[in-house]
Order: sequence, then structure tokens, then C-alpha cells
Amino acid sequence: MEKRKISRRKFIVRGGLGTIGVLAVGTYVFRNPIRRVINGALNTGDTPYLGNTSTPIIWFEVTSDNNIILHSPKVEMGQGTFTGLAQMAADELEVSMEQMQVVHANSISGNMDGFATGGSTSISTLWVPLRELAATMREMIRNEAAIKMGVSGDELQISNGVFSSDAKTMTYAEAVKDVSEWEIPDTPKLKDFKEYKFIGKPIARVDLKDKVFGTPMYGMDATLPNMLYGAVVRPSAIGAKFIDADISKAENMPGVVKIVKEKDFVGVVANSQTEAENAKNAIDVEWEVERSWHTSDIEAMIAVGEGEPFVIQKEGKVKRILEDSNEVISAEYKSPIGAHAQLEPNGAVAHVEADKATIMMSTQVVKITRDEIADRIGLDSDQVNIVPTFLGGGFGRRLHTPNGIQAAVLSKAVGKPVKCFFTRKEEFQNDTFRPPTHHVLKAKLDSNGLIEAIEHNVSSGDVAFGSPMLPGIAEPILGADLGAWRGGMIQYEGIPNYRTISWRKKLPFATSWWRSLGLLANTFAVESFIDELAIAAKKNPIDFRLAQIQDDDRGFRLKEVIKAAAEKSGYTDEVINDRAMGFAASTDVNTPCAQVAEVSIENNEIKVHKVTCAMDPGLVVNPDQVRSQCEGSIIMGISASMFEKMEVENGELTPTIYGPYQMATMRHAPKEIDVVLLQNSDVPGAVGEPPLGPIGAAVANAVYRLTGQRLREMPLKLA
Amino acid sequence: MKISFTINGKAQTVDIADENTPLLWVVRDILDLKGTKFGCGKAACGACTLHVDQNAIRSCSYPVKLTEGTNITTLEGLGNEENPHPVQQAWIEEIVPQCGYCQPGFMMATAALLEKNPKPTDEDIDNSITNVCRCATYYRMRKAIHRAAELKSQQNPIVDSQNS
Repeated sequence: MEKRKISRRKFIVRGGLGTIGVLAVGTYVFRNPIRRVINGALNTGDTPYLGNTSTPIIWFEVTSDNNIILHSPKVEMGQGTFTGLAQMAADELEVSMEQMQVVHANSISGNMDGFATGGSTSISTLWVPLRELAATMREMIRNEAAIKMGVSGDELQISNGVFSSDAKTMTYAEAVKDVSEWEIPDTPKLKDFKEYKFIGKPIARVDLKDKVFGTPMYGMDATLPNMLYGAVVRPSAIGAKFIDADISKAENMPGVVKIVKEKDFVGVVANSQTEAENAKNAIDVEWEVERSWHTSDIEAMIAVGEGEPFVIQKEGKVKRILEDSNEVISAEYKSPIGAHAQLEPNGAVAHVEADKATIMMSTQVVKITRDEIADRIGLDSDQVNIVPTFLGGGFGRRLHTPNGIQAAVLSKAVGKPVKCFFTRKEEFQNDTFRPPTHHVLKAKLDSNGLIEAIEHNVSSGDVAFGSPMLPGIAEPILGADLGAWRGGMIQYEGIPNYRTISWRKKLPFATSWWRSLGLLANTFAVESFIDELAIAAKKNPIDFRLAQIQDDDRGFRLKEVIKAAAEKSGYTDEVINDRAMGFAASTDVNTPCAQVAEVSIENNEIKVHKVTCAMDPGLVVNPDQVRSQCEGSIIMGISASMFEKMEVENGELTPTIYGPYQMATMRHAPKEIDVVLLQNSDVPGAVGEPPLGPIGAAVANAVYRLTGQRLREMPLKLA
Repeated sequence: MKISFTINGKAQTVDIADENTPLLWVVRDILDLKGTKFGCGKAACGACTLHVDQNAIRSCSYPVKLTEGTNITTLEGLGNEENPHPVQQAWIEEIVPQCGYCQPGFMMATAALLEKNPKPTDEDIDNSITNVCRCATYYRMRKAIHRAAELKSQQNPIVDSQNS
């Protein structure tokens, strides 16, 4: 073991939160594990964890009452990441779950994620580094305890953060007290899975009680002393450019502190929320709008065959086989523009001072948010502290955060903290929508009734392209938008000839990341079509799929979830008691998922009674939260594939309120959801998005068996 | 104008310039009770649900002038960790919340429902609980609502009026 002198800059010892003897493990220990993770990622293609490694950062604190605070670089938006991370840390630290507290890392002192919270990667990317950090810190504290107790470290037993040797005991808090020079061990060997007490167990969410008793925790709940209220005028027309604003009526309205006119927007700062809104509504803004768009314009743009194609998957001789045959089966599918509709509106509380700024807000991209704000208000990035709050839903909506910039600009203008957020209408009209899609599928069956060749053409608005998370330089290298084609590739690689072609469309309004990206629409199209082929081949849809899956690890895991879903649901092609079943499967970020939907028709409406879901996300850190993500994804998927649709009318996106933007509510949720979790991988994989894949096709396939109607357009509506 | 009401068992008087200010903002910004959420401002999502004289109302669209002399309960007044309301207890047992933002509104709507209908059927729940949850935690919510009814009946046994 190496003894190094570590400056206080590297290991911050601070007395925050009314505690003393606070230990923070910083960058120094972390550097080696993170390099290893990145190198590993280059070999395997898995997403690396991209953390900040250049400045002192806090990962853990030991409080004087012997609890541990984990500063999470990933944000909690409902997906349960805080709980999983706490389980991982507690097991290596050998403390109880009750001793673990998780907070969001501030950008100024905590580890800042250079990428984002999203893509179902939080647990998987931190799986190794977080446990290595926790184990390293445990050994560092053990060394100090051994010195203070006058025994060798090997003799010390640990239980719930307390060392013991014979009759002597010492808590972590006592061990870390007054230590200013730390011995850094080599990264310890991680525990064997069987030794873990919390990983793999259905531990209750760490934020459960705060969320049940109404603790202020969201961006909307943030306040600062002497805070004022802001409101920004946002356009309702697509492509509207801010020209000028007449503020004469608003200026003298009650409670108005200042009207702030910028080059790209106008906003109000007032003494109360209502006064700010009232004054905002009295501002007359001149917008420049190039043209008035309609849904029909967008549908024409999004048709396969328009724009540039890019082949993203190719095996065999699909083109020749399909061109030469007169037995080609083909079908077209469509999905609409989808809104995020997260319940907490985008907003921020900003306090901009001469040489520093604090921004409290819900964001999935802490670093991008910070850099954008710093750039706009003329501060250096390290002068801007982003204090991430719990998110009232993310779903990809908070990967774009101009709301942070607007609040900061208003605060700078008045020299006081300002809270400013979107109205619901502004949310619906200024969203970064799930793009509409158009799919053309073609296939030819062989003499045995299996697929000889299949082709999927998908046309979509941008998802990853044009996003601040993806540098523009990456676009020509990637060729096609990886977000748009996600879930669009043919997953049955036992088929001898297959290809997938992505068509890119730049739409006149913002389209971007929406939970699971292209997976929802692509799986709906491909898995509905596979069902059509199975019926054409007069085969059971389970056997039809199983027969065309390749013999490798990925294929094995896909087969297993398909078999598990079929078995657990008792899948049958027959209609029993006016109910039919539909089957679909998808593979997303290496997580295969198969679902069976059981539906009936009531009052000419599709009713989903039961969904069986078999998913293999690899090692499951928290089975309860993985189930919760499956249940939520299934109902959100039912909502998106059966009800939701944004229209473009007279140049505006509409509707602009819940209700008219129809979503699944209590009455549409299946009464039964049966989740089967397989774990045919020893590392955790993606959870939060994969179960959104199959549900749309599973419902549509069930409707076909029940009614003979093949619904090829989302939202699914009976004729 | 001055408006007086009781909120979470405590008498309060607020002085407000605009009597049409939604109750939501009085509760959140003046009384600093953040458990009641803003979702849509049009009474369409239910995130702002609280009780006025034991009725569930959507406070984003309820002018504060209507609350003179009323008895208001927000999530903070429903229960606390030491003494949770059966609805909160059920929500904990079923581990309902994901992002959690809409949950106060759902819990308040459920608490009001159980006062009027101590043993709601699935159909009663479908008809009464019309709030919006984007994480779509409806499956666990339904289980939690039935569980809350059970917990509440253990506290105050339901007397079957036909047999008593």
C-alpha cells in the first residue's frame, strides 16, 4: 500500500449539514477505475460512465451521527436510480440502508456527469465504478480506525459502519474525525455477489417517504430568500422568431418589478406568480413566422422515399430477392407526434450575482445546462453552480434546458433570485417532441413458411441529431440518427437476408429524445409486421419467432424471454370469452423483453385487461423497482400507442392541455400486470426504457385476432 | 383583501391584492406548503388537488376568495411519518411513487373518495380518480387505494347500515 500525501484540495474535509468530521472521497481515488471503465467500454461498445475527473469532487460524506451521504452524479426522475446506487454503495461500505442518504451532486463540488441521465444507463455505467469507490473508501476508513484503535486492519470486523475488535468498537464517524492525510489503497477486490445484503433485494425506494409526505424536493419547490417571480413570453406558432415587443401596457401593472427585453425573448419579473403571469399576458409580441404548417405538410415530409436513405443493417441479398419475387408481402405503419407531458413544468430558480450564479432546477444534463447558462450570462462555467433537484418526470424532456437560461437572464436583470417556469400550454407548444414516423416493411416467405428476406424502411424526424448532447461533427460519421432507428433493426438474425434503412427528416419544430426514443414506434411497426407474416405463414407467432433467432448469447436471451412470456401468460391464438392475446418482443440496449397483451372490445373501444411481461435486464439490483419500471412503461406505452397524438393546425401544435391531449388514466390501466424477470447476464443492463417496446404491437396483434382489423397506425383506433 | 380560513388545523389570515389568485399559489408561495403541486393551471391534471371543507378541489383553478371561513387540508395536513393517513400508509406499503410529482394530488383525491365511499370498487376508482400520472403508476395506485380502504376500515369499522 502506498502512502501519499493528499492535499486538502483533493480530499475535502468539511463541516456541512451540521456535522463534523465529514469525509469526502474525491477524484484522486476515482481516476483509475474510471479509466478502466472507459477502456472496457471501447472494447465492448457499452456506454461508458463519463464523469468529471479534473476538479475536487465529493462522492461520499460520513456524518457525525455515522450516516453516509452519497452525492449522485445521476439525477432521480422516478426511475429509482438513487435507490439502486444506495444499495450498491451500502453493500461495499458495509452500512445499513437506513444509514444511506442520497443527494444530487452540485455541479460546483460534486461529481458532474459529462453526458446525461438517460438511455437507461445509470445503474449499468456506475455498477463497477461506484462499488469500487465505496470499497476504496471503506478500506481508507479501516486504515484510520486500525491506527486509532491500535490494532491491525485485518482484525477489524465491520457491521453497520462500526468497526470492532474484541470488545473495542469504533464508528466510521469516529474513525474519520480529524484525519487530514489519507492512505489510498489499491482498489480492493469487490465482494462476491453472494455476500451482498442489499443488491438483488426489493428494497423500498430511498425517496419513498419524502414523496408520500410532501417534502419540497422538485425544481418547482425550490425557493431562495427575497425571491421574485418571472414569466417569459413563449411563442405558440411553429418556427416563430422573436422580433420585438410592446411592453407599455405591462410595465405599469401591479407587482411588476421589471420587464426584461432580450434579443431573443421578453420576460417579466414581478412580486408574485399571478402578477408575473398577468403582466406577461399584457405584452404584445411581434413574431416573424415564415409559413403556417399543417399536419398534412408534416405527413408528406415524413414519408419513406423523401430525403436521404442510410442503410444501418444489412445481411444477405434483400434487395435482389424482394425485387425478383412476385410474392412479396408489404405493409406500412405510422406513428404520430408525441408530447412528453411530464407533470412538473420546466422551470428554474436562478440567483445570478456579479461573480457567481446558483441555479436550482430539474435537468437531465447538468453539465450542458451549466455551460449554456454560463455562456449566456457571461460567467465562467466554474462560477455557475447547478443544484439539481428531483425531477417531476424526465422522459427526455429535460435534456434541453433553455428554461435555466431564461431564469438566469431575468435574475441577472433584477439582481435578485427569480423563479420562472413554463405554463402547460407552453409545455405542449414548445416541447421537444417524439418525432412522427413512417415505416414501410417488405418480406418474402420461403417454402417452409419462414422469412427468406425482410426489409424495414423507417422515416423519422430527428432524435439525437441536432441535440446539444451529440456534437454536429458526429452526424456524418454516424450517417443515420441512432435515436430515430433505435429498435428498428431486425432482431431475428436467423433470417438469412435482412436490412434496415433509416430516412432522416428535419421537421420545422423541435423533435428529440422521448423515453425509449425510436423503440416505441419501430417495435410497433416491425413486431406488427412479424405478426402479419406469422399469420400469412399459418404459424403460431411464438414458434414463428423462435425459429428465426440466431444461436448466440443475444439470441439465447431473446428466446428465453419469448418462451417465458408465452408460458406465463398461457399464450393462445384462440379467442376465449371474447378476449384475445397479442404477442410482441423487442431488444433494446441489450435488454430483451417480450409481452403478451390480453384485450377485449367494449363499446367499440380497445380494453387491455392484462399484460404479461418477461424481461431480461441482466443482474437485477432492485427487483421491486425493475417491476415498477415495467408496470409504468407498459401503461405509458398503452397511453402513447392507443391515445396520444399531437396535431399541427394553422401553424400551431395542438392540443395544449391534458384531456384534449388524451392519455391513459386509471380506467385504461390493465388490472393485471405480471412481470417475470430473467437474469441471463451477470451485470446490470437497461431497465427504464426496454419495456416500452413491445406493448403497442402486442395490443395491435391482439386486436387483429379479436376483430380481424389490422391497425397499422398509432394511436390505435378501431374502424 | 384579507381572507381567513383554517388550514391543516391552523387558523390563517392572508392579505392578498388579487382576490382571484388561485388558492394553489396562496398555499405554495405565501403559506410555503409545497406538497400541493402545479401541473397544468386548468384543473385538467389534478396535481394541485387539496381539500376545502372535505371536498377534493383542484386548487389551480379555485380563486382564493372562495375560501373565506373554510377548512382546508393539504397533503402536509393529511398525515405525517409518525401518524400517516391510511392513504399514505398504503402508498408506502405498495411503493407507489416513481417521480412522485403527481402523487400528492392522487393521495388527496383518494382520501376524499374514501370519506364518501369507504369501500370503492374498481369501477368507482376509475370514475373518481381522474388525475394524470405520466410515470403511469396506476397499477400500484389501484392496489394502494384498495389497501387504504382496508386500513381505514380497520381504524373506523364500516357499519353496514342494512344490518345494524
